[in-house]
Amino acid sequence: MATFFNTILVGISSGSIYALMSLSLVLVWRSTRVVNFAAAGQAVLSTYLGYEAMSRLHNYWLSLPIAVIAGALISALVESCVMRPLAKRSKGTAVESIAPVIATLGILGLIRGVVGLIWGNTFLQYTSPLSSKGFTIGHTTIPFSPLNAAIVIGAAIVLAIFAAIFRFTRLGLALRAASFQPEISRLSGIRVDRIRTIGWAFAGAAGALAGALVTPTAYLSPNSLDLLLVSGFVAAVIGGLESLIGAVVGGLVLGVGFAFILQYIGTQVTFSAAFIILIIVLFIRPQGIFGRGGSREA
Amino acid sequence: MTLIVDHLHVQHGAITAIKDLSFTIEPGELVTIIGSNGAGKTTLLRALSGLIPTASGSASWKGQSILGRRAEDLVRHGIVHVSEGKAVIPELTVAENLELGGIWRKDKADIALATSEVLELFPRLGERMKQGADTLSGGERQMLAIGRAMIARPELLLLDEPSLGLAPLIIEQIFSAVDSLRARHGLTVVLVEQNAISALGIADRGIIINLGKFVTSGTSASLLSDPTLRAAYLGF
Repeated sequence: MATFFNTILVGISSGSIYALMSLSLVLVWRSTRVVNFAAAGQAVLSTYLGYEAMSRLHNYWLSLPIAVIAGALISALVESCVMRPLAKRSKGTAVESIAPVIATLGILGLIRGVVGLIWGNTFLQYTSPLSSKGFTIGHTTIPFSPLNAAIVIGAAIVLAIFAAIFRFTRLGLALRAASFQPEISRLSGIRVDRIRTIGWAFAGAAGALAGALVTPTAYLSPNSLDLLLVSGFVAAVIGGLESLIGAVVGGLVLGVGFAFILQYIGTQVTFSAAFIILIIVLFIRPQGIFGRGGSREA
Repeated sequence: MTLIVDHLHVQHGAITAIKDLSFTIEPGELVTIIGSNGAGKTTLLRALSGLIPTASGSASWKGQSILGRRAEDLVRHGIVHVSEGKAVIPELTVAENLELGGIWRKDKADIALATSEVLELFPRLGERMKQGADTLSGGERQMLAIGRAMIARPELLLLDEPSLGLAPLIIEQIFSAVDSLRARHGLTVVLVEQNAISALGIADRGIIINLGKFVTSGTSASLLSDPTLRAAYLGF
């Protein structure tokens, strides 16, 4: 029974990181209908910047917000300098819906290349001051560590801030309105272009936090966050792609699912399990847990 | 506060949707643009509110050219467009849809005042503030769309087929609401309609267009009493 609960705890920890990446993808999908493969590249670049800050300031807790802000700026730049002009250029052509997605693959490759040029293709360590050794309760040491706790708390704080902004502020209302009905939003005086850039910035911040939180448990390399991107996609699909709550729940479900597979089956199947879960979800409930059935009413 | 449209042309792909259209609407007038499906009525409103580009000609409001400006900027210039088909956002609540109307405005006290005026005019919205707009009936959605527009404090209100798909009793309610809003706020209104009788019932004047071209204009009474026009364009 103790193992069962420990597995859930560990799952929630990795699940909160998937939730952040999934949120990043869903925010972009909702605002611009683009599947953003560049999310992994953007997050890797912001994590390298966090690493750079860490090596100068020698303080992980200062490097974390720097990585997050960098992630937001990178994402805003990608949207306003590449995605928006591209969407305008390709409008009305046969490749209108696919060109932006291919462009995100291009950006992913470009960022990886640039990162490799600057920092090299070696594995770097971006460590946190917190121990990844489990807490000891009485005489038993559980797998859940202070680092895990920090991940859960950090992700929860950011998710709560996001939720509050979306729910209670004018900016949040503008973000939601612009993603549902851009035309009615414009007629209500919302500057939809600017709001989209802000939406991408939020997405970039979430992805950057995911990258900066996951890296201390592993290594940093130009493609070290590719797996995180895959997990983020699976989580987003489980959650229905459209729903922010769905993105978070999808991430947690996936994290706990992985933890159980790791615990009871073994490491060698975890990665394939992600894809199996993805395909099963798509077959059984293509709109995800939180997605609406059928098409939206005009 | 005059709307002047002069030799306006609008292209819709290869088709000329609006051809050499000129008219003037005086401050405080309620003018209805009448024409059959495909006459170019919706295109005209979309061009005036900055949603689509125009090919040539000019249009001005309050002495300033409005062509080539973005829809979101024209809202700040007093032009508010309630687009076709019950323009609400179904994923948001009624309260949030209303809030959208004033989202760009700073004067919070006046937004609150405008909101209470809307709820007074359409009490049914007040009872459903927390509900999703997708739970509303067609008539309630139209009320919500007009209510949202009023919270932007428009000076020129562009209404696209508010009667579309609604029962006669509801149409009457909506039209009398538009009429009373105009009287109270000195609004200038351009009302695009297929439902010519109802529209002429509250309008000062009507402009008839066909295939993007001007046909005739006149007071509501004169249009309604012309048997040729009635048969050809008003459909009764």
